Amino acid sequence: MKYQSQAVAKPYFIAAIGLFVGQIVFGLIMGLQYVVGDFLFPAIPFNVARMVHTNLLIVWLLFGFMGAAYYLIPEESERELYSPKLAMLMFWIFLIAGALTILGYLFVPYAKLAEMTGNDLLATMGREFLEQPLPTKVGIVIVALAMLFNLSMTVLRGRKTAINLVMLLGLWGLAIFFLFSFYNPANLVKDKFYWWWVVHLWVEGVWELIMGAMLAFVLIKVTGVDREVIEKWLYVIIAMALITGLIGMGHHYYWIGTPSYWQWWGSVFSALEPIPFFMMTLFAFNMVNRRRREHPNKAAVLWALGTGVMAFLGAGVWGFLHTLAPVNFYTHGSQITAAHGHMAFYGAYVMVVITMISYTMPLMRGRAANSKTAQVVEMWSFWLMTVAMVFITLFLTAAGVLQIWLQRIAAEPMGFMAAQDQVALFYWMREISGLVFFVGLVLYITSFFIKGKEAPAG
Amino acid sequence: MWFFIFAELLVFGIFFLAYAFARARNVELFNASQLQLDRLSGAINTALLVTSSYFVVRAVERIHHGAARACAYWLAAAMACGGAFLLLKLGELGAKMEADISMSTNTFFMFYIGLGFFHFMHVVLGMVILGAVALKAWRGGYSAAEHTGVETGASYWHMVDLVWIVLFPLIYVLR
Repeated sequence: MKYQSQAVAKPYFIAAIGLFVGQIVFGLIMGLQYVVGDFLFPAIPFNVARMVHTNLLIVWLLFGFMGAAYYLIPEESERELYSPKLAMLMFWIFLIAGALTILGYLFVPYAKLAEMTGNDLLATMGREFLEQPLPTKVGIVIVALAMLFNLSMTVLRGRKTAINLVMLLGLWGLAIFFLFSFYNPANLVKDKFYWWWVVHLWVEGVWELIMGAMLAFVLIKVTGVDREVIEKWLYVIIAMALITGLIGMGHHYYWIGTPSYWQWWGSVFSALEPIPFFMMTLFAFNMVNRRRREHPNKAAVLWALGTGVMAFLGAGVWGFLHTLAPVNFYTHGSQITAAHGHMAFYGAYVMVVITMISYTMPLMRGRAANSKTAQVVEMWSFWLMTVAMVFITLFLTAAGVLQIWLQRIAAEPMGFMAAQDQVALFYWMREISGLVFFVGLVLYITSFFIKGKEAPAG
Repeated sequence: MWFFIFAELLVFGIFFLAYAFARARNVELFNASQLQLDRLSGAINTALLVTSSYFVVRAVERIHHGAARACAYWLAAAMACGGAFLLLKLGELGAKMEADISMSTNTFFMFYIGLGFFHFMHVVLGMVILGAVALKAWRGGYSAAEHTGVETGASYWHMVDLVWIVLFPLIYVLR
């Protein structure tokens, strides 16, 4: 760690991991509810579990990105953070707001929560991923703006590199697209159209910039490859990501009442979206092969390579699987979508945040890398979580194919719930994979507490 | 830059293939709609772009001899052709709009307007690139020894031209 203020990243990362655990617990609850419908009912109904599972995912990834930004931007800018105090204040505001929101979901009926939090002043709730009460949404904007101010001032006064500019651009995009969560037109088509601009323009657009910048940062550090080489890759990757992602968004507009030309434009551009992800894989492996030093933090290198591969598989391949309009006509909103969502989020964004945590945490704790034992446990957790996620994805894909067949293609199509009964076996296997994932997560957390002979801070 | 050029050609290539498939499934509609296009304007535009490409070639040739000012002049001439192309194209699209034709009219016009607009934006980007290169050349930023920038900009412009050379016969003429 070169600058004292980089340490503000630490609480962000700890909170991120804590919320990650919460996300997985609710994932397991919900996974079980797929097959044991009344499990925990009426205390935690399925829709609440689902809301908590997805909201926690987004929020902990945001914590991860923010932590990563507070660590990466000062180091790239070669100066202390503009205001570490502001960053800490925002941390507590975000954490408390997030916790209150989740408690609200769990203990107050949703309609009541909406009433209590002024949803009749400005109706924004009730839409998938955007369930947060109005005060939480406003809080997110404040936290994001304060962070952007803090980071932008740091960059403006310091060294400007491709990495910190791309990171900043990604974070600005994140904040700007979030503003569409306040736009809730009465016209359902318009509502749906702009709804896609929040989370999905993140993951297919601006988050790819954040991911690229984080990956590039870690790769420079652990491989010692020249910055010029890494920056060139970064430029090409983000340009491809933006071009394909922004128009490729059209693959969400196929069946929501928008003009039919989106079926062409969405198909063609989204079919190209795997390219930037494939380039990230090539990028990571290329840089590690050309490494000029053996960094003692092997675990971080493993996560960096893993995110390249898994992002390509989850976002690229599993996305392409159902992105073409004629295919999507049958597959939309099925378990195929869930399969893609799980592996893409894990491969691209979960893993890149963990890559960053894995690289920076030892440094923030005063050593170049964790002890060998700790790293071995961390690598075990990598394999357990990653393999479990591969199986979750495969089982959901199988469930999806069967579901689509029974429900949408068969000579006598079944109703939704009847088809769900038929795919229960896959849901059970998915739940077991989920438990393995949880074991991996527990191991991951354990690895932080394992002592041993540590590599000294370099 | 070559990577981008290949990526661009890939996108256009996919669209051209898609056009071919869509047309094969509905030849009559495509032929009937095609008659409503302004082929003269398209032909002039083709001539403009081909000419502009020639000017760009001259610009590259000049900078090889270290003549930076002449290089900038040729680039400016190419940009003028590009500008004329944009005006004509705007006229065409405006006429279609007045005739109440949009991307939703039918599949043919989806391709005609969609691809036309997409290519239009590439001409704009190409002109921005040529403009930046011309400015740098004018200020003496390139020489007979170091002129990669000029060649890079020229390559991009030729790509824009090449795409149009396929697009024009495919959408305006071929039936």
